[in-house]
Amino acid sequence: MDLDLLGNILYAMVRCGTPLLLVALGELVCEKSGVLNLGQEGMMLFGAVVGFIAAFVTGSLWLGVLMACLAGMLLASLFAVVALGCQANQVATGLALTIFGVGLSAFVGSAWVGKPLSGFEALAIPLLADLPIIGHMLFNQDLLVYLSFALFLLVAWVLLKSRAGLILQAVGENPDAASAMGLPVLRVRTLAVLFGGAMAGLAGAYLSLAYTPMWAENMTAGRGWIALALVVFASWRVLRVLLGAYLFGLASILHLVAQGIGVSFPANLLAMLPYVATILVLVVLSRNALKTRLYAPVSLGQPWKAGR
Amino acid sequence: MLLSLEPRTQQSRAMLVLSPLLAGLLTLVSGAILFSALGHDPLLTLHTLLIEPVSDLYGLSELLLKALPILLCALGLAVAYQARIWNIGAEGQLLIGALAGSALAIHIIDWESRWALLWVLLAGSLAGALWGALAAWLRTHFNANEILTTIMLNYIALNLLLYCVHGPLKDPEGFSFPQSAMFGDASRLPALFEDGRVHVGLYFVLLALVAVWVLLHKSFLGFQIKVLGLDQRAAGFVGFREKRLVWLALLISGGLAGLAGVSEVSGPIGQLVPQVSPGYGYAAITVAFLGRLNPLGILVAGLLMALLYLGGENAQMSLNLPQALTGLFQGMMLFYLLACDVLILYRPRLTLNWRRRAPVAAAASA
Repeated sequence: MDLDLLGNILYAMVRCGTPLLLVALGELVCEKSGVLNLGQEGMMLFGAVVGFIAAFVTGSLWLGVLMACLAGMLLASLFAVVALGCQANQVATGLALTIFGVGLSAFVGSAWVGKPLSGFEALAIPLLADLPIIGHMLFNQDLLVYLSFALFLLVAWVLLKSRAGLILQAVGENPDAASAMGLPVLRVRTLAVLFGGAMAGLAGAYLSLAYTPMWAENMTAGRGWIALALVVFASWRVLRVLLGAYLFGLASILHLVAQGIGVSFPANLLAMLPYVATILVLVVLSRNALKTRLYAPVSLGQPWKAGR
Repeated sequence: MLLSLEPRTQQSRAMLVLSPLLAGLLTLVSGAILFSALGHDPLLTLHTLLIEPVSDLYGLSELLLKALPILLCALGLAVAYQARIWNIGAEGQLLIGALAGSALAIHIIDWESRWALLWVLLAGSLAGALWGALAAWLRTHFNANEILTTIMLNYIALNLLLYCVHGPLKDPEGFSFPQSAMFGDASRLPALFEDGRVHVGLYFVLLALVAVWVLLHKSFLGFQIKVLGLDQRAAGFVGFREKRLVWLALLISGGLAGLAGVSEVSGPIGQLVPQVSPGYGYAAITVAFLGRLNPLGILVAGLLMALLYLGGENAQMSLNLPQALTGLFQGMMLFYLLACDVLILYRPRLTLNWRRRAPVAAAASA
């Protein structure tokens, strides 16, 4: 394998890992606050379709990105009302959100399937892009990928270094104690859910405006679910989310690698790889039940109401 | 005016039944609003969606035909969900059932004997059960979350099916369409009536309905499943074996979904095609919840869901509305149901006073 090919594979890996990274960062924040939102796939799809339509109609890609984030937040707010406001079962509510998002996005986007749009172009950063191997991978991407780097740094800083991160984790680990300390548990959780929605919407916009600039039904192809597995894989640690996202990105582009080294394999079988990899990763990581329990936020998935 | 929720002392039995009805009503109202926003006559659209498809006998038989796979999947899911085993994999189990059944049917395409059908159905159900068992194995041996594994298995099953219709099972005389050869007559499910497509698979639904009802409501095994669902620790203390129940629940729901899949290919379709299921396995999740995991409730919810599918097709043909309407209504209904369910444990109360303390003060003075 020559260096050019390696550079291209790494480049495609980052491109492919970016939507996963975005959703997983949103879900990580959400789960850190103790809320399990299984609706990522639905929010992502709705973000993708709304972002595409907005960009198509207005001709502004960035307006599309903004609308996609808002669309994700809109669905997330529905989740917040039902799961946090009405204290419904979070698993069922998240599933409902995904089913709703899949249906809603297909309904809204039915007239837009297959329309062409010129999406975000790669923007090489002078000098850095010429670095061997990593130059192409890190500094010859489109603006949304750079944005994902920035968002990763932001989330990592918030979770690891900031007071807001401490509050978030206190609410997720022990909402009763956090509430007794005067922290607004439900408000923190709602904000975390909304942030998750915005990130899922952004990830959807990345797919429909940069990765493959078009809209197709179910174009996320389970990435929202893979991101959920990714958070478990990362044992709720932010740096591992980054590594995991790119690892899964690599699994999704293995057909490129196979072509590169001259192995031919049916496309549909190769398309299974990311899903098989997800199961394998879950198996390896969850085998030790104690470890999963140690790292997971203690109140994850449990409804909470003041004064109970 | 302020709407507040007061906890009830015990859960409201009336709301257990009323909440799905309320959710259906809210969905209808939201649908009507949506249609008028889109510039359609809301009543006419609802008529096209919900009444026109079943206004004749043929329509009714189509309704039963559509309800068949949804009901089979949903009944299986009810068993799993009663044990709080979140099997989201009915879609994949259905597809694998269809795939395995087709593989056998193509292999024995020349058989004349009626046994062919039996073997095909058996192959489909077993394959579905095995696909479910895979998730059970991953959960009991490796502690892997079944929500994520079953979802992933859905995507794997879909790709496996696509691979087979493009490769090994493709009809060599099919003009390079991705589909298998038509099955032999011996492995097709015979129709029930002369002028409808509904087939003897309907008896499977009735059998499954009774079997699941007996299992959940009349058997010790069903009791164990429900205890496990209500309180995992309690089930452990009385010595119910969790692992065995997980296996059982996933085998049953997988087997029924597999049967649904193979009934589709050897029933109305007659060959393996990429679009075996327009999301029946996911629709079944909504149906199971809407029917309160109770066989009779599921029967009603399943027929309603089938009506939505038919209505979606009808609305697309006569009003040019996107068929995705079905999915949208599905999601709305499930969402409204979960929101309405809050009324089971809480009583809504309208207070006319803006101040928060008011109800407490009023209660104290009374």
